[in-house]
Amino acid sequence: MTALPTSIDAVETLLSGQGYVASRALATVVFLSLKLGRPLFLEGEAGTGKTEIAKTLATALGRRLIRLQCYEGLDAASAVAEWNFAAQMIAIRAAEATDRDHLKAELFTEDYLIARPLLEAMRPQPGGAPVLLIDEIDRTDEPFEAFLLEALSDFQVTIPELGTIRAPEPPIVILTSNRTREVHDALKRRCLYHWVDYPSFDRELEILHARAPEAQETLSREIVAFVQKLRREDLFKRPGVAETIDWAKCLLALDVIALSPEVISDTLGAILKYQDDIQKLQGSEAKRLLDEVKRELVPA
Amino acid sequence: MSPTYPALDIPDDGKLAHNIAHFARALRKAGLPVGPGRTLDAVRAVAAAGFDRREDFYFTLQAIFVSRPEERATFAQVFRLFWRDPRYLDHIMSLLLPQVHGVQEDRAAQAAEKRAAEALLDGQLPPPPQDRPEGDQIEIDATATMSAEERLRTLDFEQMSASEISAAKRMLAKLSLPVQPLKTRRSAPSTLTARIDARRSLRGAMRTGGEIATLARKAPVTRWPNLVVLCDISGSMADYSRMVLHFVHAVANRKGQGWARVHAFTFGTRLTNITRHLRARDVDAALKAAGAQAQDWSGGTRIGQSLHAFNRDWSRRVLGQGAVVLLITDGLDRDDTTLLAREIERLHLSCRRLIWLNPLLRWTGFAPRAQGIRAILPHVDSFRAGHSIASLEALGQAISQTDDGGERDRLMALLRG
Repeated sequence: MTALPTSIDAVETLLSGQGYVASRALATVVFLSLKLGRPLFLEGEAGTGKTEIAKTLATALGRRLIRLQCYEGLDAASAVAEWNFAAQMIAIRAAEATDRDHLKAELFTEDYLIARPLLEAMRPQPGGAPVLLIDEIDRTDEPFEAFLLEALSDFQVTIPELGTIRAPEPPIVILTSNRTREVHDALKRRCLYHWVDYPSFDRELEILHARAPEAQETLSREIVAFVQKLRREDLFKRPGVAETIDWAKCLLALDVIALSPEVISDTLGAILKYQDDIQKLQGSEAKRLLDEVKRELVPA
Repeated sequence: MSPTYPALDIPDDGKLAHNIAHFARALRKAGLPVGPGRTLDAVRAVAAAGFDRREDFYFTLQAIFVSRPEERATFAQVFRLFWRDPRYLDHIMSLLLPQVHGVQEDRAAQAAEKRAAEALLDGQLPPPPQDRPEGDQIEIDATATMSAEERLRTLDFEQMSASEISAAKRMLAKLSLPVQPLKTRRSAPSTLTARIDARRSLRGAMRTGGEIATLARKAPVTRWPNLVVLCDISGSMADYSRMVLHFVHAVANRKGQGWARVHAFTFGTRLTNITRHLRARDVDAALKAAGAQAQDWSGGTRIGQSLHAFNRDWSRRVLGQGAVVLLITDGLDRDDTTLLAREIERLHLSCRRLIWLNPLLRWTGFAPRAQGIRAILPHVDSFRAGHSIASLEALGQAISQTDDGGERDRLMALLRG
């Protein structure tokens, strides 16, 4: 188990040691969240490294990562705990022969409980308090958000048959949202909020160096400059950093050493995920952007 | 909270804490929802983070005070002004706020006053003397009221006089738009279904010593869908859109009636989100505020462009949970319709149901000849007229049936033939 970082600089070093290049603003909120023991609420476009930060933190701190993927209709039974009905039925049958008096005390104990992510995160773990990732919270509905309030402000969950279970050491909680709807203020208020933006040219280049180190310097610069240009175009879904990295890996797999309009057309599927966007970019439009990129990169 | 705060980082005289409290007040004045709890959090956070660098101090406060991306710009402005010289900001605020505040209050008061005056004076103003002798007027009026209301129901919005319009508005305020609830994947106890609730059954069995006497059952919970209204406010639609917005206001403000949320947008040459304005209780104030924000009343129409803007910026945020879209436009687009066709298709694919209200449909011989109409028609689920109170009432009845197509099928046949 690694000790928690003691300054914002230490957070930056810790994350970059795992190949995650964080902006100063992100490093600040991560530090505050660790220091104050508050959940961290990350909102932003898809593919900007929101989920990745939880994974990186867990690895860097040597903690267990517990992930709760949200979906519509997610309820307490699948988020906290469920009873093992089959085992309970067998226990009832067995008790019929012997004594029925102890049945009541035995049937609703931890032996028959199947722990789901939230309960798991409240239990002590060998490496210290785990990192709890509540992913894409905007996919659930409001009742579940309300349910999360108890779990996130007091770090405890209540199972009606068993009582309240409190975490001995609060987990490191990270919530992410793609903003397909507004999450309620009551939940946001209990968290530290950070909007994850697309990175600047220099930072994205740094990220690409960390994630795809085998790419040549000139190719990396071209890739990043092209994606940055693309984000300023009128697209339905702008490419995220994840797409930049994917694209770089695709180009490396194809042994490309410099971008050309043909190569871009062939690999557009790695950065654009909507047919309309791809159609817009195919042919002359890609060539125009590439020419601009090449002109701008020459002096550098 | 953990006891590890280096509380001593804050100077003992409390100047910084004091300033942060001032800063929080400034943010609140600027419109951010900042309560005292957040101020306390901010002092703690600053104590935890330390502040060797101005940048860190900025991000620390931002993490506490900002909870929406739109608030970041305001925060940056206030931060820049405040931490230069607190008195400067106070000065600016004192210059700006009374005015802004005054104007808002004024506006609300005006609209409310107008309504109040109407309510007080209704029926008490003496009729213009040149009309008719007063003696037999009462009788005539009394008999005419019912039929007048009947006539008003079917009268075209465009042909209404000022007094008829205000009467129609009162009728519109009483209209509702009933809706069928959606099934969710969540379940709740029920007695009438086949799904067994194992957890409750076993808990019940505990009472009878492990004997399962009755099986507890459960059924899916229902919820109300969202409604998204896209209203054309260009010149050709002006008379209708004003009335329809009255209707939308009535629907949006009816509590416990259906629709979980109502989002409203207007478009002419550009798209404007007026959801926030519609929340004002007073319909005149609401529409005035909406009108002030939408700059393109009675201008040209660029339906394709506006839908494109909606699809790009809003569709993913407001169409998420099975929303129904009500598109109100005459479909007369000045631009090339290839864009329109593409965007309406995307809109149709991303919502649960797309209903098109078109006032042109009131003409009996209406045929889909205009390019824009031909582009939109194949992608709507239901096509209805929206030119009178009766037609809006009919919409209310139709919307609760999921298979209602309105005039769509008849017109599609015309389009093909």
